[in-house]
Amino acid sequence: MPHGTFARFIWPSFLAMILFIALPIASVAIQSFFVEHEQVMREVENCGPFKCTKVLQVDTEASRALKEEAPLGKFNGLGTYTNRGHLAFSELGEIWASSASFADFIVGLYNLPFYKALFFTVTYTFVVTPFVLIFGLLIALGVNRLPGITRGPTIFASLLPMIVTPLIGGLILFWMVDADGILGATLQIIFDDPDLSLKASAPLTWIMLIVYGIWHSTPFAFVVFYAGLQTVPQDTIEAAKIDGASRFQQVRYVVVPYMTPLLVFVVLMQLMDNFRVLEPIVAFSAEAKARSLSWIIMNDLMGQDKLFGSAAATSMMTIIGVGILLTPVLIKTWRDFNRKVV
Amino acid sequence: MKIIKQFATAFALLSLSAGTALAACPVTKGKVSILANDFPALHAVVDNAEACVGEGATFSKNHSTKHNEIQVAALTANPAEYTAKIVANSSIVPLLNAGLIRPLDDLVAKHGSSLKPNQLIRIDGKIMAIAFMANAQHLIVRQDILDKVGAKTPTSYEEVLEVAEKIRAAGIMQHPFAMLTKSDWNLGEEAVNMYLGHGGEFFKPGTAEVSINNEKGLATLNMLKSLMQYSNPDFLTYNTGAVAPLWESGELAMAVMWGSSVGGLIDNEGSTPEVVAATKPAGAMTVGGGSKPASSLWWDGFTIATNISDEDAEATFIALVNGISDEMVKANNDKAVWLMDAYKPGLAAEGVSKVAAAGAEPYPMLPYMGLLHTAFFQELPDFLQGNESAEQTLADIEAAYTAAAKEQGFLK
Repeated sequence: MPHGTFARFIWPSFLAMILFIALPIASVAIQSFFVEHEQVMREVENCGPFKCTKVLQVDTEASRALKEEAPLGKFNGLGTYTNRGHLAFSELGEIWASSASFADFIVGLYNLPFYKALFFTVTYTFVVTPFVLIFGLLIALGVNRLPGITRGPTIFASLLPMIVTPLIGGLILFWMVDADGILGATLQIIFDDPDLSLKASAPLTWIMLIVYGIWHSTPFAFVVFYAGLQTVPQDTIEAAKIDGASRFQQVRYVVVPYMTPLLVFVVLMQLMDNFRVLEPIVAFSAEAKARSLSWIIMNDLMGQDKLFGSAAATSMMTIIGVGILLTPVLIKTWRDFNRKVV
Repeated sequence: MKIIKQFATAFALLSLSAGTALAACPVTKGKVSILANDFPALHAVVDNAEACVGEGATFSKNHSTKHNEIQVAALTANPAEYTAKIVANSSIVPLLNAGLIRPLDDLVAKHGSSLKPNQLIRIDGKIMAIAFMANAQHLIVRQDILDKVGAKTPTSYEEVLEVAEKIRAAGIMQHPFAMLTKSDWNLGEEAVNMYLGHGGEFFKPGTAEVSINNEKGLATLNMLKSLMQYSNPDFLTYNTGAVAPLWESGELAMAVMWGSSVGGLIDNEGSTPEVVAATKPAGAMTVGGGSKPASSLWWDGFTIATNISDEDAEATFIALVNGISDEMVKANNDKAVWLMDAYKPGLAAEGVSKVAAAGAEPYPMLPYMGLLHTAFFQELPDFLQGNESAEQTLADIEAAYTAAAKEQGFLK
């Protein structure tokens, strides 16, 4: 394609990408280097229905003057990135110095909010993604073998978890695992433990969130793989059959290698999606047991005191985290691409 | 001439005094637009304000439980999205900090003769809000269950523990107690209340430096943990929406709830007559031998935005003064503990009145209190689940607060 044609073809989406992706990210990045101005405070007397008290109050006039001078706030450089709410360098140093063993250090590390969230986020991502791939492939292979008439309804039913809004799906499951819900009560009977509560135990909450994640994402992998299966060359399969390949061997040596680009695509999407896990934590009220990076961002922006700098810094680190996760996959794709050209 | 002048003055005074209650309504010009939280008492106030808006003026309202999250952005706009915001003693703080609500002295002088002095919230000498209802958390008990185990109504959290143990030992309930301990703002509020009950000070006097890592802090945390042994293991998901149905279905014997929820528990909906008949507000609990109740007092009131025209401000003020009129109080007597004279305290109000009478502290109206509140509920679950020591948790709360306060510019 001549460069001119390419440029004319690409400019609308290029413009949209700059406007709606690059610029917002740049603004968040800039925000993450700033914190609020120092608050000018003075002591005033407040009187309510109950009594009067002398308290510190923000001097709005003085604060407004500061704000007009520098609307972004006070420049803080990487200060927000390294404070206790994020990478916590100085706290890490103290914990390292004071811990007797490596296990102590890990316990101390896990006490810091960012690392705690990172630990859950990474665990969630690396458990959910492979299960989604495997289940998605198995369901696609299964549906592909169904007789034509039952296929449509089966596909529809398999897609339901993805169609249901994540928050609603999460809430439905949350009510089902309640001690009085159908799943929760059944589990209590099976394990003969009337105090068993999925919501009360941290490991069970993690398992519940991960199971939910797999349930929610599998249909996506299934749809992609099912579409891919329709294009697998039948003569290669025939040839494999004639060579005496079992069903498993056909899948292992013909179908899977043929669908590798699709596998890479699903892995990429799943790594990105799962690293941003948020809805199930909110729906399951699981924030006491499991917090993700996205949950930290949301928490900074909710309520009446908004920590924009903190939220921006966590957002940037989430983007960097996604970048790190995707790098190996992208490098592999790049190599494959170059090999084909040569 | 002199007589005419006197007559005119008298006439003007007469019409003015009549006007404060009646003639100002309906307002016929300007814009009235109210942002408020979403519960029945505030619906009553806002609906009555709406009734005062006549031809020529416009009215709109937004009841949302997420009011705190949009208030600053909505009132920063010029002209502001809402002319009035109904606040409580914590949600007024961000508006004050940013200078988004206007002093009401002139409007009170002109249209506020029906207001009582204790309704006027003065900050630095200026009236910034008009309070109309009080709220507080207090214990409610099931009298029938207390009678069964031969216990009298507890007056301290230590007695709550004893009674809970008796109920458990008698095999009536395994988890007889509940508080609003969902690991969000709710849990922070319980920690704040318990710390106030121990007589603790949150900050070093005259500074924004936190000082909760002390004996009182330790006692606060340990008492919360002891109480949670008698609460369902799901307690970290318990907010009003979760505890109220449990109470109504008779699964609890003692619970700490908001005064404003009691009305809903003793009405004839959603519960059995036995539970309703036995539900009694028990008043404020003390803790650790302290004299002050382990509860904080709250008020709800209205404020008027800065970034609107004086005409809109006046229209809004008149409408809202009508919204909290005696007629409104009479028609909605049991929906809240109203501060107006027409209010006749009923059973639902007993708890809050007891808390106030026992000398509870108002929730601190400090610019940086919200950050400490957040730090409480972010760090407490680790301790309540037994994952770390109370000392470590207190240190974590202080560290989390300090990081946030530095970012907000309250600490250097």
